[in-house]
Amino acid sequence: MAITAIPMLLSLYLSFTDYDVLTPLSEINWVGWANYERMFTTDPSYWHAVTVTLTFALIAVPLKLAAALGVALLLSRAIRGIGLFRGLFYLPSLLGGSVALAIVWVSMFNRDGAFNSFLALFGIEGAPWVNDPSWALETLMVLAIWQFGAPMVIFLAGLKQVPAELYEAASVDGAGPWRQFRNITLPMLSPVIFFNLVLETIHGFQGFTSAFVLSNGTGGPVDSTLMYTLNLYIKGFVELDMGYASAMAWVFLVVIGLITVVLFRTGRFWVHYSDSEER
Amino acid sequence: MRGRLRLLTLLAILAVVLYPLVWMVGTAFKSPQEIVNNIGLIPREFTPGNFTEGWHKLDVNFGRFFLNSAMVAVLAVLGNTVSCLLAAFAFGRLKFRLRKVWFAVMIGTLLLPGHVLIIPQYILFRTLGWVGGDWPYLPLVVPHFLATEAFFVFLMVQFMRGIPRELDEAAKIDGASPYSIFQHVILPLSRPALVTTAIFSFIWTWNDFFRQLVYLSDLEDYTAPVALTLFIDSTSESSVGPMFAMSLLSLIPVFLFFVAFQRMLVEGINTSGLKG
Repeated sequence: MAITAIPMLLSLYLSFTDYDVLTPLSEINWVGWANYERMFTTDPSYWHAVTVTLTFALIAVPLKLAAALGVALLLSRAIRGIGLFRGLFYLPSLLGGSVALAIVWVSMFNRDGAFNSFLALFGIEGAPWVNDPSWALETLMVLAIWQFGAPMVIFLAGLKQVPAELYEAASVDGAGPWRQFRNITLPMLSPVIFFNLVLETIHGFQGFTSAFVLSNGTGGPVDSTLMYTLNLYIKGFVELDMGYASAMAWVFLVVIGLITVVLFRTGRFWVHYSDSEER
Repeated sequence: MRGRLRLLTLLAILAVVLYPLVWMVGTAFKSPQEIVNNIGLIPREFTPGNFTEGWHKLDVNFGRFFLNSAMVAVLAVLGNTVSCLLAAFAFGRLKFRLRKVWFAVMIGTLLLPGHVLIIPQYILFRTLGWVGGDWPYLPLVVPHFLATEAFFVFLMVQFMRGIPRELDEAAKIDGASPYSIFQHVILPLSRPALVTTAIFSFIWTWNDFFRQLVYLSDLEDYTAPVALTLFIDSTSESSVGPMFAMSLLSLIPVFLFFVAFQRMLVEGINTSGLKG
């Protein structure tokens, strides 16, 4: 606990100073709100990183959850070898966060990478995805979506909890598969969807490794993959502007906290807990 | 008919999902010429050349990086299992002041994004003189011994709730102290949760990059992921093969864990995720 709380408070203090790692703590200067002012008004890279991160999270997270739910639904009806399928779909979630996989991913979407060779079979000339500012972030999104296995496993467990009688009753009443999905599966699964949404959103905001590998730590091409955490790394550990980086970390914390609160608040309107209804 | 359609759809999705992995393995065994000419998945000729070249490509050979990675991961496993079990025992079984408050604080840190902590922790460890010290792994290892991974503490508390309290009480009547209750009742019965913690600690630490990047500055101290990034600088045609070979090697430990403990991993994320 101390290893979390004390540094947090220390960094809150430092976010009001010009601490640059090299000067001893006794000689740093109090600069008031200067770091925060710089962040919100004079540093364009800050807002750019915020936009990149939001774009990434807003597109990749819903698509990843949709993929997870879709495959979970396909898998949920008794099928032979479900254990094997489940395991293999889960594999990318285990490996995908590593540097090694990010490297493979970047090579795959190079100008002469495997993806363009594949497109060439159909006579399409692909873009140099990872070196193209308008496509680089998209390749990272695809990498994130590719790791849909972890939320899928959680969805599968959730689907198992839905009582089969509900579907039987609905079939008797003549409800088709779509109506069953809308009126039984979705509401019954909403707590699990909510859980996955919170988890993946927090996760999505923190994407670092793949952006670092793609841009070799610069956030390029043309800052197109400058995720918030990568920007934080550059400011704090490359430019050694620790006071400023502390301020960025604190704003990040507050924003993620706010987003979590908002998710929980809106969750009241669509998350359906069966036990609360019985009371 | 519908079942067959579903199976075909699943197989198609699976093929897309597994393609990058298979492609990586294939490319790692291709000769430099084949990497350029042969866009197929499987090399016409399997050559181990990339592995020997990649192993010696940097000034320090890759064995060293793997050893460093393994050391950090093993210490993290040790630290997490021991410290999180003790913390969970305290939360789950002992009575102390403000227990509920502390538990809430602990759960709060679960939602705290790990990357936010990097800067404050770095400053703390720097002030303590641990950054770039004699043993640069201190900042990477010590937090694991202080039960900072709330996720595992939570997982174990949840697990301990399932251990009948009657066992504790029976032991207490027989005159057992909290220490011997821990040693003879809780510890042996918590084994499944310990194993889950150990596996996830290993995989997460092995895959971790941000922290290792920040704290390790000398080439010979590098762990495998940090060393791999050095390959990116030189993405000429000739270095793709060695880069893939080393990437592949670095994924093998995690893959072996996956093969050995597949069921447990899948069930692990279920229990930890859903019982909350």
